[in-house]
Amino acid sequence: MSLLGDLALWIALLLALWGALTGFTGGATGRTDLQQSSRNAVFALCATLFVAVFALEWLLFAHDFNVEYVAAHISSNLPTFYTWSALYSGQQGSMLFWVTVLSIFGSFAMVTTAPRHRVYLPYVGAVVCVVAVFFLGTMLLAPHVDGIGGGNPFDRLPYTPADGRGMNPQLQNPGMVFHPPMLYLGYISITIPFAFAVAALLSKQLDVDWLVAIRKWTILSWLFLSIGICLGMWWAYVELGWGGYWAWDPVENASFLPWLMMSAFLHSVMIQEKRGMLKRWNLGLILAAWILSIFGTFLTRSGVIQSVHSFTESPVGGFFLGFLLIAAALLIFLYVTRLPLLRAESTLESLVSRESTFLFNNLMLVGIAVTVLFLTMLPILSELFTGNKITPKAPTFDFVNVPLGVALLALMGIGPLIAWRKASIPNLRRQFVAPGIAGVLAVLIILLLGMRQVWPIITISLATFVMGTVVQEFARGMRARHRQYGEIYPLAFFHLIARNRRRYGGYIVHTGIVMLFVAFSGMAFKTETEASLKPGQSATLASPYGWTYTFKHLGVSQYDALNRRVTAGTLVVSRNGRTIGTMVPEKRQHVDGLGNPTFEPSTAVAIKSDLREDVYVVLGGVVNGTETAVYRFTINPLVWWVWYGGMIVALGGVIVMWPGGTVGSNRVAAGYAAKIGATE
Amino acid sequence: MMESKLSRRGFCAAATAGLAGLVALDPRALLGQAPANRQAATPAQEPLPGAGPAGTLADPGRAGRPLEPVTAKDNDAAIQAVEKRLSCTCGCGLDIYTCRTTDFSCTFSPGYHRQILSLSAAGMTGDEIIAEFVKEHGESILMSPPKRGFALLGYFGPWVGMVAAASGLVLLIRAWGRRVGRVSQESVPVRVDATPAELERLQRELKQFEA
Repeated sequence: MSLLGDLALWIALLLALWGALTGFTGGATGRTDLQQSSRNAVFALCATLFVAVFALEWLLFAHDFNVEYVAAHISSNLPTFYTWSALYSGQQGSMLFWVTVLSIFGSFAMVTTAPRHRVYLPYVGAVVCVVAVFFLGTMLLAPHVDGIGGGNPFDRLPYTPADGRGMNPQLQNPGMVFHPPMLYLGYISITIPFAFAVAALLSKQLDVDWLVAIRKWTILSWLFLSIGICLGMWWAYVELGWGGYWAWDPVENASFLPWLMMSAFLHSVMIQEKRGMLKRWNLGLILAAWILSIFGTFLTRSGVIQSVHSFTESPVGGFFLGFLLIAAALLIFLYVTRLPLLRAESTLESLVSRESTFLFNNLMLVGIAVTVLFLTMLPILSELFTGNKITPKAPTFDFVNVPLGVALLALMGIGPLIAWRKASIPNLRRQFVAPGIAGVLAVLIILLLGMRQVWPIITISLATFVMGTVVQEFARGMRARHRQYGEIYPLAFFHLIARNRRRYGGYIVHTGIVMLFVAFSGMAFKTETEASLKPGQSATLASPYGWTYTFKHLGVSQYDALNRRVTAGTLVVSRNGRTIGTMVPEKRQHVDGLGNPTFEPSTAVAIKSDLREDVYVVLGGVVNGTETAVYRFTINPLVWWVWYGGMIVALGGVIVMWPGGTVGSNRVAAGYAAKIGATE
Repeated sequence: MMESKLSRRGFCAAATAGLAGLVALDPRALLGQAPANRQAATPAQEPLPGAGPAGTLADPGRAGRPLEPVTAKDNDAAIQAVEKRLSCTCGCGLDIYTCRTTDFSCTFSPGYHRQILSLSAAGMTGDEIIAEFVKEHGESILMSPPKRGFALLGYFGPWVGMVAAASGLVLLIRAWGRRVGRVSQESVPVRVDATPAELERLQRELKQFEA
């Protein structure tokens, strides 16, 4: 089966080379036979890579430990759920997963692109194939360095170990089964709008058409990235045990960068569609988002910057860096030579206009992206220029980014309130009064409640203001529909969203983002303590809401479960004297199928959540082999707001990209026209 | 002599009953597996956790490194504040307090914690302890690099860049606005091919739309 997989990879490489060659040539010469051949190459590439994925999964489930990848990432007692996810838990498998998904997306683009956008397809196919050539070439050609595997997941060992090394315990978490694929889907799907952008540059057809062709793709990749990032935060929170969900780790930052770029694009593209402006800027954003997605992959795999994601490090980093530099140079050349074709059709008329606020919003999003990139690269840059490595960590990232984030939050509220082209004073007054009052009232209330921390106060006040704008927009829209069509308000609410999914889906996304900001501010009120408890002893911890939690330690038990040996502490938890349940944090020693320990013992936290706060308990271990357990107790306020906020962001994204919105709008417009005709 | 005869049916019934009893006691006995979810009992351990004096665990090794009991000093807010300003060098990127209370397998942070406790016991203030660590490990031990030299670029460069970009954007938009104003002053009024009634209807529709 490894031979089949290996063969599939080589055939896929040849197909990708052929697809790239015929795509570029067919696009440049207009020869339809070559264009058709390139299209077929993308489909064949997809089918061949499916064979390779099937072969690898077969080897994983067959426990063929003679295959290096299988021996390095699973053991015979690994649960089926994680055996499946071992496909992308290691560097080589994740590259196979990446290129396979790329070929699936490429095939979808070939099939689903509207006939009027087909002119771009030869180049799109060619770009997809070039990226595939890079990944397949890396997989097949990356050498083994110091015993660390190259890129081919089908390489065999000179011997067969009795059992595999097993999967890293941190990856044995449901969040880790879904988080990497979602992020990969986000990263990979950016390649399709990027390919359309390159196609537009190469074909010199740079009107608004290519933007229409990629609209759904950009939202799709933004949506996947959003879900992937949120799942990553959830995994970090429930698995790593440090009590938070975002640590500004380089790899976290790498996923955040393309998300910021895509968010900026989704806003600024509206200006190009409505006013024919920002053509250069939008094209630049798409190119930058793709480069950053490859940069993120380089960071994850190269080990150039220290990260908690070091389990994916390998010698392929050099390949990524080379590809990144060559691609960036070619793209800059192409972009610069096409600049004369990218002139704006109109200009901004006023500083106080929707277009201006969108520009400032873009400035903030791109500015935050540049800031995060700069701080992430600071260790390398400082060492390069001064010889002294400066490594900024979470406090420095917070110091710089919190004010920028708060400014972005303010713009999120201001933008939708200002009219297109030029806002008048009465327009501003009418739009700002209610949300402004809501924001000010929020400040007064939280001050009266005793909150004194500056950033949380500003954040909550602005969050209330933004929510005020969202509620005001929905209320006005519903009232208008109620007056015009006599619809009851709940029906008007649904019709409002259905009729203009992009606008109102966007407001739902804003609601989710507001919830995330509020949740982030909640972490300023986190409380924690550690204690060693004998059976029967208790520890107490005050929560920011003024409650007192009591943790009574019952004892420590040890048992075997699946592929691990568990040591569990049992605690009865009460809030203000009232029992709220039992918590059982664990310490896990994973073992292989022969009972040999694999990896260091890991922690499995116990979490008790409600909308207000999480009780988060970590079992550190035991004192000298007795039942006296060492715990860390943490109260994390508003954590569920992160997960709910993430879900609402995803819901809004789905609404924005749900197909048929245009048809619905046309139908409504047609009905409205008929109504006017009838009254004449 | 009476011969005791066991019929085939009787034998099967007895065997089934025996097997069922065995499986009822522990289903894994049938599969030859080790019993799961059972507390590892040793002669030294109490049958019920917490029922008597603290017992010992069957396999303390699987619970990670042996730990010392937590003292009041470990939870001292001043000590924690110092630890949260210092970075652990194990590569986790976390501060010393969070690292030593997270997976408890780090071999660096407990040592740093003990060092901080001893420096504190020797009468050093928080800042003096930090200075001692910087002397020993360099500035990379700090969670926040000092705001000087190249690090200033990291702290304030983004803000300066953003303010400069925003100012440039304001000037650019104003320049565009002035140009649009000039063009609209110079331009000839556009002739509209519409009847007054149509224009009035258009105005009415626009007002209704804005409302």
